[in-house]
Amino acid sequence: MATDNLELYEVFVRARRGLDHKHVGSLHAQDAEQALEYARDVYTRRSEGVSIWVVRSRDICASQEDDSESFYDPSDDKPYRHATYYQLPEAVNNM
Amino acid sequence: MMTPEQNFMRKIEAEEKIEPKDWMPEAYRQNLIRQISQHAHSEVIGMQPEGNWITRAPSLRRKAVLLSKVQDEGGHGLYLYSATETLGVKRADLIAAMQSGEAKYASIFNYPTQTWADIGAIGWLVDGAAIVNQISLQRTSYGPYSRAMIRICKEESFHQRQGYELMIALAHGSPAQKAMAQDALNRFYWPALMMFGPHDAESAHSAKSMTWKIKRETNDDLRQKFIDQTVPQIEFLGLVHPDQDLKWNAERGHYDSGEIDWKEFYNVINGNGHCNRQRVEHHIRAHEEGAWVRDAMTAYNAKQRAKTTEQRQAA
Ligand SMILES: [Fe+2]
Ligand SMILES: [Fe+2]
Repeated sequence: MATDNLELYEVFVRARRGLDHKHVGSLHAQDAEQALEYARDVYTRRSEGVSIWVVRSRDICASQEDDSESFYDPSDDKPYRHATYYQLPEAVNNM
Repeated sequence: MMTPEQNFMRKIEAEEKIEPKDWMPEAYRQNLIRQISQHAHSEVIGMQPEGNWITRAPSLRRKAVLLSKVQDEGGHGLYLYSATETLGVKRADLIAAMQSGEAKYASIFNYPTQTWADIGAIGWLVDGAAIVNQISLQRTSYGPYSRAMIRICKEESFHQRQGYELMIALAHGSPAQKAMAQDALNRFYWPALMMFGPHDAESAHSAKSMTWKIKRETNDDLRQKFIDQTVPQIEFLGLVHPDQDLKWNAERGHYDSGEIDWKEFYNVINGNGHCNRQRVEHHIRAHEEGAWVRDAMTAYNAKQRAKTTEQRQAA
């Protein structure tokens, strides 16, 4: 069987309506349609989802974990973006 | 066998979310496009009155806070435009509709920000009113809208708290600062109440929106919540409540309040507020001035693509 021309797909499943699709794993398939069927067979055998997305792994653009320091650094010194930064008196603290 | 329409209503009644690829009545889709895009426009236009004060914030701390808040609002616009696009419309068309005046944004942003205290009043009252509405919309029936609301609500609470903190500093400051705080409260209180829209009996879109659970609570119920929660906040600041008819109603368990000036509301909605023209003109100008950046990105992208094809052919 020719397995070397199979593509890697990432699989995302929506567990329930209203929730985001969540990454659950990956699989090999010939094309998107086949990937969807495989995903159904291997990732939702117990009705884990109501909707599946498959995306070719090479189409995913990812940030590098090693760069995370410089990537996220600009937000580290901005505690005022958090609600807890603002100390309000007890009487009005429920906002 | 259920018809698509019956199946749609079954989901709505069972509190299931409607997702982009589901069948939905055309009027439901149109209603959502109108509401979510209007919400998106409001986030984006809302950056202007506050942006007006970034360069004049009285301290570096206040400036950094305001900058962060305005940045958040731009992000909220993005979440909401993206949610609208799941309904099969193009963002460029939505923006064009706003610029031509065909689509509306929240009227509150047509009021000018005259003093630094207005920045406090906006965070406290305008974001405060928006939060009451948005908390309710977290339970809206359309999945992408609901998820955008959940994300936005998480980011909003700092907006209201920084505004109120600013109001405390002014209201407990010098007599001149306190007067400035009172003046900002007087000018923003009523327009903040108008943010909830017309009374339920007069609201054009309300009934259908409630049946479809796009809206979960009526304009008047949400407004009442806001009125009730704001009373102790005004008291704590030691400011005078702008509504002289405000009275606790023990029987209802709510405050009764004076009537809103609806003539002003419709006047501003119909384009005659202080800043309507300025807001849209500024948006158009910023959009046009940014055109060269978008063009440069397209050109760069085309060049890169040509390069990779060349390399591939050479290989
Ligand atoms: Fe916002
Ligand atoms: Fe906000």
